[in-house]
Parts: sequence; C-alpha cells; structure tokens
Amino acid sequence: MSISAMRDYYVAASRIGFQRDIQYRGATFINILGFMIEPAIYLVVWRTVAIEQGGSVGGYSVDDFTAYYIVWTLVRVMNLAHAPYAWEWRIRGGRLNEMLSIPVQPFHRDFAYFIGSKFVWILMWIPVAIVLTLTFQPRLDPQPAHVAGFLVAIWTGFAVRFLLLYLMGMVTFWTTRGQAIFDLIVAGELLLSGRLVPLSLMPGWVQSVSNWLPFQWSFQFPIEVAIGRLSNIEILQGLGMQMLWIAGMGLAFARVWPRALRNYTAVGG
Amino acid sequence: MTDPVVVSDLRKVFKVPVRDAGVRASMRSLVKREHRDVVAVDDISFRLRPGEIVGFLGPNGAGKTTTIKMLSGLLHADGGDARVLGHQPWLRSKDLLSRIALVMGQRNNLQWDLPAADSFELNRAVYQIPDADFRRRKDTYAELLDVAALVNKPVRNLSLGERMKMEIVGALLHGPEVLFLDEPTIGLDVTMQKRLRQFILDYNRTDGATVLLTSHYMADVVALAQRVIVIHHGAILYDGALAGLADRFAATKTIRVTAPDLPADVSGLGTLVERTPDKLILEVERSRVAEVTSRLLSVSTVSDLSIDDPPIDDVIDRVFTAEDAP
Repeated sequence: MSISAMRDYYVAASRIGFQRDIQYRGATFINILGFMIEPAIYLVVWRTVAIEQGGSVGGYSVDDFTAYYIVWTLVRVMNLAHAPYAWEWRIRGGRLNEMLSIPVQPFHRDFAYFIGSKFVWILMWIPVAIVLTLTFQPRLDPQPAHVAGFLVAIWTGFAVRFLLLYLMGMVTFWTTRGQAIFDLIVAGELLLSGRLVPLSLMPGWVQSVSNWLPFQWSFQFPIEVAIGRLSNIEILQGLGMQMLWIAGMGLAFARVWPRALRNYTAVGG
Repeated sequence: MTDPVVVSDLRKVFKVPVRDAGVRASMRSLVKREHRDVVAVDDISFRLRPGEIVGFLGPNGAGKTTTIKMLSGLLHADGGDARVLGHQPWLRSKDLLSRIALVMGQRNNLQWDLPAADSFELNRAVYQIPDADFRRRKDTYAELLDVAALVNKPVRNLSLGERMKMEIVGALLHGPEVLFLDEPTIGLDVTMQKRLRQFILDYNRTDGATVLLTSHYMADVVALAQRVIVIHHGAILYDGALAGLADRFAATKTIRVTAPDLPADVSGLGTLVERTPDKLILEVERSRVAEVTSRLLSVSTVSDLSIDDPPIDDVIDRVFTAEDAP
C-alpha cells in the first residue's frame, strides 16, 4: 500500500472507530467514570501522605500529586489499547477470518479504530477533567515546550502501549487463552509504569528494572512532560526512547505475525 | 488464459488434543498431552477455469470450508500446492487479496452498529477503488438487490436477508475476479435465495468472475453451477458436470407411466414407488430402463411416460451414505 493509500485507509477506518464509539457515548462516559476511581484513590492517598510528611514525598508536593493524577486521567484515556484477551475472542470465534480476508494488516485496522475512538474518549473525558480540576485545584504551569512535548508524547505513548499489548496478544495464537497474559502485564504495569505511584517514590531496584521495560514510556513520561518536571533535553530523550520501543516492538511484531498466522486454525466459521 | 484456481495435492491436517472425560484424565493431561491428527483435506487436486461457477459439495466436516479457507489465504496448507490468480494464497499477497472475495453466509463483515454505507466507504479505502467505479458498483448492486433504500440504515436493524444482500454488495465493490461463496444463502427465505442466486449469476456473466460455491441447498448449485466437485472425508469423489452426477452415482432411474390398462404384476420390472389405477411410478436399474420401458409400452396403452434421474439431493445423499457405510 502506498503512503497516500494508507493515509486514506487510516482516515476511513478511524472514522469508523469514532462513529462506533459515538453510538455508545453513554457507555463510553460510564467507562471513563469507572476509570477515574483508580486515580481518585491514588490522589487522595498520596495527598494525605504528602501533607502528613510535611508537604512533600519523594520530591512530589501536594500540588504535584494533584497535577500528576489529573493528567494521569487523560493519559489513561489515551493509552487504552487492544487487550490481549480480545485475540482470544477473535481466534476462538473465527472473527479473525473477516480481518484476514482483506488486503490490510489487522494491526492497521485496530490501530486506526483506536485512533478514531480516542477522539470520542477525549470528548467524554473533558467534563470529568473539569470536575476534577474544580475539586482539587491542580497547579499546572506548562511551558510551550512541555505542551508540544505532551501532545506528541501521549500519542507515541499510546503507540508504545498498543504495540506492547498487541505483541502480547500474539501469544493467544499458541495458547488460545490470553487473559492470564493481560493480568500479568497489568500487574507489571501497575508497579513499573508510574501508574500506581510516580517511579521516584519506588525503591531503587524497581526504578532500575523499569528503565529496561516499556511501561513508563506510556504512563509516567507523558505525565511528567505535562506537569513540567522534565527539561527540554529530557523530553527529547524520552521521545527518543518511545520511538526506540515503537521500532523494536514493531520489528518484533513483523517477525512474530507470520509465525502466529501459521498457527492459526481459522476455526468458528 | 491461465486457470484462476489450480489446486494440486492440497492437504491440511489438524492436530486435535485427545483426552478422556473426567478429573483423572484432566490430571493426566497435565503431564502428558496427547494429540491425534485429523486429515481435513487429503491430497485433493482440481482446477477452475476462467468465468466458471463450480459447486463444491460435501456433508458437514467434509473439508469444503477448510479448502476454501486455504484458497482464500486464511489457512496454511500442510502439503501440496495451490495457486489462485497465480499466487500461493497463504502467502497472503496484497495483490491476491485485492482480487478475490470470500463471503461466508454465517459471518458479518459489515459494521454492526453503523449503516452499511459506512462499511462500503471503508471497503473503498481498503481496496483503493476509484470513486467512479465505487459509486457505479455500489448503486448498481444495491439497486439490483433491492437494498438501495437501506444503505443508510444501521446494519443491526436489517433483516437477515437484507444483511446478506448488503454483505454481497460490500464483497463485490472491488470487482473480485475470484469469488469464494461459503453457504451464501443459509437461513434465507426462498425469495431471497432466488434473488441472490440471480445476482451471483449476473455478476458472473457481466464481470466474468470465477466462483467456487458451497451450499447445502441443492437449488443453489442447480441454479448456478454447471460443474460440481464432490468432497467427502477430505477426498474428492467426483469432479464433473452436474448432469453427470446422477449417471455416476445413481444406480436407478424413475419411470412414471400413465395408462388405463397398466399390468397388475410389476414385480419383475423394478421397485414400486407408487401406484394408482391409471398411474405407476417405478424405480428401475439404469441398465434395464430401455427394456422396462419397452415392456410397459408393449402391454399398456400409454398416454404419458417420463424417465428421470432421481432428485439431485437424493443422489448426493446416496453418495455420502454409501461412503459412510461400513
């Protein structure tokens, strides 16, 4: 496919993703409200801890925690991706047959659909963000470089997480069940991404391990860019790391996909 | 012109886990997993000529859908070779996938929550169909299938028949040269089936597409296919003209005679199927048809006589039953 053909396809497919989710905007909004429970708990807990510790913990003030977890909500909405267990449904139910019978890689279809969905999710997130901002009064004073870096980093962060989960989903071609893998990833991500707590509050060895894994590049990095904790050089380095992970996992996917397909039994219709 | 579909000694074997029922067997399978090989397609060979519509017949589990899945690039073969439009299908070249279409009657390729028009637009982008061709085909096919007024209605609100018609419109927008139809009329009422058959026939005639069709409705096969391939237990039992199927597999013909003076004893002529005072239906061995007919004509004042092959459904049923017999 030429670049213009691919662009044409992405526009058409992301429109489908947008239209599909807008059909169920009520459900999407309720989903977002559900997602907000997690950061709200973290926010209340860490603000309390910071206040009790005299105003800051691990270099994060009360205001920093507030800003961190409110930006967290947008990053979480942005890095939602195709869960590995969805492959289980596709493989066991034969839904993959339809995707394989067209001359477009299923990856592009899923990626484009999610891009379209993001715009609906962002629309639904706005009222939630307004309520959180009015309630907790975060102090955000980003510089233009932070805004620009953040706008890039949330999309590349989405690409990192999408590729990671997509790659993990390939295991389903051998095991047919993907839920356990997803649970494992979520557990790892919770600890090693900055999702539960900023990594600087974690023990040194956890920070070391997280440096070798992709999790933080789809969670903590975009948040820290937005709340202005990174210098311009660190933003560029972080974007570079995201690109490296995207390239590495993209290559790995290109190698695994043909082998996964050889294992595909096209059951269920 | 080379044949669009060439299949040589094609083979597919599925590895199926084997385990007895019960907890003990479950525990044993933790340590030692046993499998057995199930040959779904057993070294089959055939060719489809350009523009041909071929019926692919067989009972459930015969290997029809597995073969179609291999030919449309969904499954890797375990042996032999296949070429569709010159490509080995499981290599899934973009050129091949852009020139074929697979329609499975029980599957839905359209976006469930959106109008079919949106799925068609996506297909335009997938296959990079030029705008003029896209509009012409969409309008023509929707008109022919009588669904033009429904393209902006969400797919989930369409009836099964309307949905199937939309599936066909969507599958043909890119003008596929080879069409794999797996039970395209399943679940449809008789009127819908007829409309769909006529449409497929028209598409085949105007676009010269080659069609491989599986269906459990013999009416589909009779209406569309000049040639049939019969597959059973993964092997081809028959490949030839539909008309020749009865010659090959039906041992008898049905003789219907109307006469006021029919012989009282017909036991030596064949198997009596039905008898009224002036009408007789006999099932007669093919080799004796001429002899029995001439005897009936000589002893009765025949006002009407017909000799027919048994219905094609019965022939097919006999083929599979005979094959399954111990």
